[in-house]
Amino acid sequence: MTLIAFIGTLMAGGIVAWITARWSETLSRWIALTTVLIDLVWSVVILINNRPDFSATDWLIRFDYPWIGRFGIGISVAADGLSLILLILTFFLGAASVIVSWREIRQRVGFFHFNLLWVLAGIAGVFVVMDLFLFYFFWEVMLIPMYFLIGIWGHENRRYAAMKFFIFTQASGLMMLLSILGLYFIHGNNTGTYTFDYFELLTATFGDTAGRWLMLGFLAAFIVKLPVVPFHSWLPDAHSQAPTAGSVILAGLLLKTGAYGILRFVLPLFPDAAREFSNVAMILGVVGIIYGALLAYGQTDLKRLVAYTSVSHMGFVMLGIFSFNELAFQGVVMQLVAHGLSTGALFVIAGALYERIHTRDLSLMGGFWSGTPFMGFITLVFVMASLGLPGLVNFVAEFLILNGAWQTSHVLAVIGAIGLVLAMAYSLRIMRKIFFGPVADIGVGMRDLTLCEKVVLVPMTLLVIFLGLFPQHVFNASEKSVKDILAMVNSNNKP
Amino acid sequence: MSTIEYLWLVPFLPLLGALLLIVVGRSMSKAAIAWIGAGSVVLSALVVIVIGIGFLSSPGVYEISVWQWFVVGNLNPSIELHLDALSLIFIFVITFVGFLIHVYSVEFMREDSGYARFFACLNLFVCSMLLLVLAGNLVLLYLGWEGVGLCSYLLIGFWYEDPKNGYAARKAFIITRVGDTAMLIGLFLLFSTFSTLDIETILSAAPTEWEQGSSIATLAALLLLGGAVGKSAQLPLQNWLPDAMAGPTPVSALIHAATMVTAGVYLIARMYVVFELSPVAMTTVGVVGAVTLLIAGFSAITQTDLKRVLAYSTISQIGYMFLALGVGAWSAAIFHFFTHAFFKALLFLCAGVIIEALHHEHDIFRMGGLRKQLPFVFVAFFAGAASLAALPLVTSGFYSKDMILWYAWAGEKGNGLLYAAGLVGALVTALYTARLVIVTFFGSARTPVSKKPGWHMTLPLGVLAVLSITTGFLEVPHNFWHGQLISGFLSDVLPATTIQPGSEAYEWLLQLVAVMATLVGVFIGYYIYMATPGLHEIVKMKMAPLHGLMQAGWGFDALYDLLFVRPVTWMARANRGDIIDGIYTGIAWVTMAANRAFAMTQNGVMRWYVLGIVVGALLIITLGIFV
Repeated sequence: MTLIAFIGTLMAGGIVAWITARWSETLSRWIALTTVLIDLVWSVVILINNRPDFSATDWLIRFDYPWIGRFGIGISVAADGLSLILLILTFFLGAASVIVSWREIRQRVGFFHFNLLWVLAGIAGVFVVMDLFLFYFFWEVMLIPMYFLIGIWGHENRRYAAMKFFIFTQASGLMMLLSILGLYFIHGNNTGTYTFDYFELLTATFGDTAGRWLMLGFLAAFIVKLPVVPFHSWLPDAHSQAPTAGSVILAGLLLKTGAYGILRFVLPLFPDAAREFSNVAMILGVVGIIYGALLAYGQTDLKRLVAYTSVSHMGFVMLGIFSFNELAFQGVVMQLVAHGLSTGALFVIAGALYERIHTRDLSLMGGFWSGTPFMGFITLVFVMASLGLPGLVNFVAEFLILNGAWQTSHVLAVIGAIGLVLAMAYSLRIMRKIFFGPVADIGVGMRDLTLCEKVVLVPMTLLVIFLGLFPQHVFNASEKSVKDILAMVNSNNKP
Repeated sequence: MSTIEYLWLVPFLPLLGALLLIVVGRSMSKAAIAWIGAGSVVLSALVVIVIGIGFLSSPGVYEISVWQWFVVGNLNPSIELHLDALSLIFIFVITFVGFLIHVYSVEFMREDSGYARFFACLNLFVCSMLLLVLAGNLVLLYLGWEGVGLCSYLLIGFWYEDPKNGYAARKAFIITRVGDTAMLIGLFLLFSTFSTLDIETILSAAPTEWEQGSSIATLAALLLLGGAVGKSAQLPLQNWLPDAMAGPTPVSALIHAATMVTAGVYLIARMYVVFELSPVAMTTVGVVGAVTLLIAGFSAITQTDLKRVLAYSTISQIGYMFLALGVGAWSAAIFHFFTHAFFKALLFLCAGVIIEALHHEHDIFRMGGLRKQLPFVFVAFFAGAASLAALPLVTSGFYSKDMILWYAWAGEKGNGLLYAAGLVGALVTALYTARLVIVTFFGSARTPVSKKPGWHMTLPLGVLAVLSITTGFLEVPHNFWHGQLISGFLSDVLPATTIQPGSEAYEWLLQLVAVMATLVGVFIGYYIYMATPGLHEIVKMKMAPLHGLMQAGWGFDALYDLLFVRPVTWMARANRGDIIDGIYTGIAWVTMAANRAFAMTQNGVMRWYVLGIVVGALLIITLGIFV
């Protein structure tokens, strides 16, 4: 029930926040914040209670309830270490999003928070549901409020960006729906039980061709979301046009649902097809690393630059997932957390700068360190995280992914490692353009970070350092999930 | 164990200093900042001395595990410190020279508004460097390795308002990253072979896992060498160091002369087993060193910026260390690192005083006559320069360089060509050193001295000057008398160098040749720059193309610019709009165009509709008949 309560709290909180905004916008903000914080504290408590041994049970929390028995749809939710980590990340970045919107969002405050909390509910749902029908439902729940967040509160080109986001996600989501139905009917025909239940469908058997097509349907939705080059082109527009909270959630969380989907559904449901596809997938990952980095280096819009770094960083995820070993898998889990924190923080900083100087154009910035050293320092930490400096969490992730990839393919690991050099180039460019060089006119008299911004950024900074030095807290939680998935990849669908 | 248990304090104290300065440094008085910044390194140096005494009474190998970093599968690096004779020498130099340079900086940076930032970075650097040399596994070593890179970046670009400094900083960081990435791949290779990245385990398992000369050992060694040449500014990744002189002078002294740039030497010495398994890699190390020491030495002759002369000299001297490593003269390399750390730090600190005293004048040809105006600095500089030029018998540089030359000739892996390169290098070194001293300190004064250094600056100069002369006596040639403290001290960690039988007899002769090389070099310098006024201008004109090439560091900057920087920036610029996005935009455009086209057919004009029906009917009939 706990997991349903997580989602229910967010949905209810969203409605309440929407209604109360009629009387007081501040109250609406506080309700939204409290709701997310309740979930955050709650999920952290669950994590702490399950320490240090996460492998005692198959699932830390599981709840099944038959809902529409006739069609084999059940309310089935479950969380293992992997889900729990991602849930905590969701609530953490969710709380950050509410706080950064405190000053930024002035219009339709209630509806904004409704959408924000419903996106979070959708994401939380995706991370826990174990029924494919519900999974598709939550997949859509993420999409529509996010469409509004971009389309209503976004920047100058928001309509275009929102529409692009919608079309890409919806089109690929429909392919997943086809695959879900295909799986449902094939399994039903074979066994006589028509069900959307994940655990039941894990035992499904089908031929190679069917498996390939079904997998591609799922994969379409996930690699568009991740995103994998060449399906990434919705991302720079959506990220750069969204309001700060939207960018944080998009980069920090929505992209993770793609990775989670591959780990949780594609690999276990279609191990044969996934193994067959692994070479192509790893190449796509490496292409993403390099292509995203090159594009990031060329950008002049700060948010677009950060958006393309996401493409590059998610290339590592793709490379790691299809390397099929424990090192790479744990690296992927860590990369999801690391990227959520570091890119989320960079978007918060971009938002803070935009609020002060009303531009995202890097060529207008420069020399801000002298006026805003605190912001400079925080940015430095996240820029270093983004280029994979050891001691920060991203290094652990990328080191493990590349090390794992090396065991599978030397060449691809080497090309991926070249991405680290490019990462250095685009990351240092952020520092140079914003904080170093002669002081730009636009930044004269700019104030340093406000309390609100510090409340968000300081914990993120500390987490990035803490997890860089003590990553084992995450690895302990995800170890069993990762090993289970690995075992399933090595099984097969053959009858 | 006793005092050695407190080893963790050595990197921790500077880290604590850095953290304090980062968090509350901005609200502190300059005095407080100086006390924390310099004090943390002084304390760290004291702890090193206490530990060193403990170590000397019971030498060995000590492992202190602080915490388990992470465990994933077989990969279980921990934050563990590893103390043996090799790392002890390094931590001694780092903390001791570090402490002197911190004291110097207290005065040097006093007028600067970024006082706290400076000491925070410098402290963080010391901490990272200590972790690098104390790391018990390669992942932690890599942490220190990248950490020093970060601090180097921040400190080269310390005066961030000037874009030139920022450029130099980025150049240093990115070029070394290229090497670091090779090293990282080397780590993957080592891990896939040994299932661990613990240094001791790898060193003991390597000889059984790999046979002598195996290609995979060669690959591993060469990848590690990639990291080493990046950090130590050796060919082909050497060209960042001269630009790195954009940083404050104490930074050049500490990071870009005494410590960080010798990290590559440390890495190769630490992983010597892997290198010894591969003759190809050993030869490569030696050749890299030999070529680098020559090209950098020649470049040093042509520089006019005081700090750039020293920078090229550093590259060249580290080339000597690589040459020593390449012929298996492990302790000779470490000995040269040891003496070089003192005399080169000294030269840089003197340069800092001179540049400050002359209103930030860097050009040596606008200096002159400083012997009379800054007599103490002259004495100190002379001590350092004598050691760099390896003046016989009385300077430390003589002993360490002689040891390298000796093993390059007589060592089992020695080679006449490598020896010849070293010998020519010795002549070149003496030449550019003589030029530097003569042009800067002799002749007529061209710029008046405006500022005299205080004790914070002169004290480190004095201490380092004494050390530049005396440290050589720690290890004198076998044919002088028995006083080989350094190689004796290192004998537990690094193997002794075997000598080709029958070569002992030539030792005197070789020493004489080396002395001659130095003296000839000094004499040429004297002849060109002092004895015949105006001669150097003529020489420069006669050899203008070569001079230009050497002054530009042999054109590596231009080459890399052409090969890497331009293509990448061109691609990034050209594809700023993302060509793949164009495909989707194209699809959208086609869809909308089709929409417009079909919408046009719905125009409400009856005869168009009739025409459409007729054409359609004809088409169907035609198809029905013929298909």
